[in-house]
Amino acid sequence: MNFKEKLERGDFVITAEMAPPKGIDFNHIKECARALKGRVDAVNVTDFQSAVVRASSLGGAKILLDEGLEPIMQITGRDRNRIAIQGELLSAAALGIQNVLALTGDHPSIGDHPEARGVFDMDSVNILQAATKLMNGYDMNGHELSGAPQFFLGASVTPLYDPLELQIIKIKKKIQAGAKFFQTQAVFDIKIIKDFMKRVENLNIKVLVGVIPLKSAGMAKYMNNNVPGICVPDEIIDRMQKAQDKTKEGLTIAAEFIQQIREEKICDGVHVMAIGAEENVATLLDMCGF
Amino acid sequence: MIISKQKPFEEILNFLEDKQNIFITGCSLCATSCMTGGKQQIDEMKERLEQSGKTVTGSTVLDPSCHKLQVRASLKKCKAELEDADAVLCMACGDGAQTVASVVKIPVYPANDTLFIGEIERIGQFYEACKACGQCELGWTAGVCPITKCAKSLLNGPCGGAKNGKCEVNVENDCAWILIYNKLKEQDLLDTLLEIKDPKDYSKAANPRKLVVGR
Ligand code: SF4
Ligand code: SF4
Repeated sequence: MNFKEKLERGDFVITAEMAPPKGIDFNHIKECARALKGRVDAVNVTDFQSAVVRASSLGGAKILLDEGLEPIMQITGRDRNRIAIQGELLSAAALGIQNVLALTGDHPSIGDHPEARGVFDMDSVNILQAATKLMNGYDMNGHELSGAPQFFLGASVTPLYDPLELQIIKIKKKIQAGAKFFQTQAVFDIKIIKDFMKRVENLNIKVLVGVIPLKSAGMAKYMNNNVPGICVPDEIIDRMQKAQDKTKEGLTIAAEFIQQIREEKICDGVHVMAIGAEENVATLLDMCGF
Repeated sequence: MIISKQKPFEEILNFLEDKQNIFITGCSLCATSCMTGGKQQIDEMKERLEQSGKTVTGSTVLDPSCHKLQVRASLKKCKAELEDADAVLCMACGDGAQTVASVVKIPVYPANDTLFIGEIERIGQFYEACKACGQCELGWTAGVCPITKCAKSLLNGPCGGAKNGKCEVNVENDCAWILIYNKLKEQDLLDTLLEIKDPKDYSKAANPRKLVVGR
């Protein structure tokens, strides 16, 4: 049973996330993939994450597919115009990639080529619209395709946002444009995700809450100050500070969070973003008893 | 208004390296308001050029520098000074400099960098406000331009990146979408935001554009 079927059936799903390498050496990502094979339902492949040059998400997704994992290909509006996005989606479908996560994308100014021109011809909602059009057998301008792709479309959401109503309005647009599942920015405070789920209760959406295993107290503080939508509560920073084995404590905190989400049926699944420590994801799953 | 900023003087001198006699033009409108091409700035430029060993044959504030007929008529009055000059230094926007270049035969050099269409908030403070996208969206965005004021020119609402109302790309800027939200909410028009906006028709902004108004 694939990611889509499991989610639709109401199973608790687990997704992980990997970034293609900066270079052509895919050994690390392949090793991580093997460690996760059969243990996660799908793996997001980021699309030039943080506006940094790397191998593309299409390439990464294909490599995961070959390793026997189900990829979720992320695609942003930052680097491609509407012609390139539609083409990328068609190529993905032809290569067997079904899951697509549409994102607006970070601004080039934060990446390693800040001089680049940001494209932003389409935003996340428009990308979903385009994918839906393709699924109906036509390009965005109504020209017929020879063979229509089938996608399971997703989008992202930031539950910690002020004003939250603005994010809710955008979720509604994303649903209307074809999004079937949502993965959230990393959440550390169970109350935040509970409040958010209450707000979207009547929208009937599938939500995978984002989880980042902490590596140090410094990392938590850094994210609090610099990453929009992330707030690590003080008591968690405290635990990280006091812990001897920081990596283990970070994984324990993540495991406790995931178990609570599952036991209290707060969300439909979790999305684990290990940001550079993908090798720890298998350990985390062991700790959760998955 | 077209907002401009004077180039570093060294860059200007580089342009004029092998030119001895210079004629200076300014502009009565935007460049005067931006303090990059008014009478005073022309006088200052003249002084600096002379200190650098150049001869300034004359100067004029064009009214304005982007009006070809006016430019032609005004420059006609400066015929002698222009004939003595090896080059024109144009203290207007890029448009004004092109107009002058299309009228005179000698080389024309820009003294300014042209930055954006914007507003003067107070003296010396200019903010970009319009990208001349060709199809104005202000009617449904409570008068805040999403194309210009949102760093990603988003049309369907904000990215997830704003923090404390500020844009993730530059914390000095307000998030345009939060401004739009607040204003629409005040006006009880939030429902407008639920409508999906198709990708913008950028063919309307394909350059060079022209407009010919029939009479
Ligand atoms: S939408 Fe913005 S860029 Fe376009 S014309 Fe209006 S103010 Fe200018
Ligand atoms: S933070 Fe706001 S203004 Fe900045 S890019 Fe995102 S939506 Fe646009």
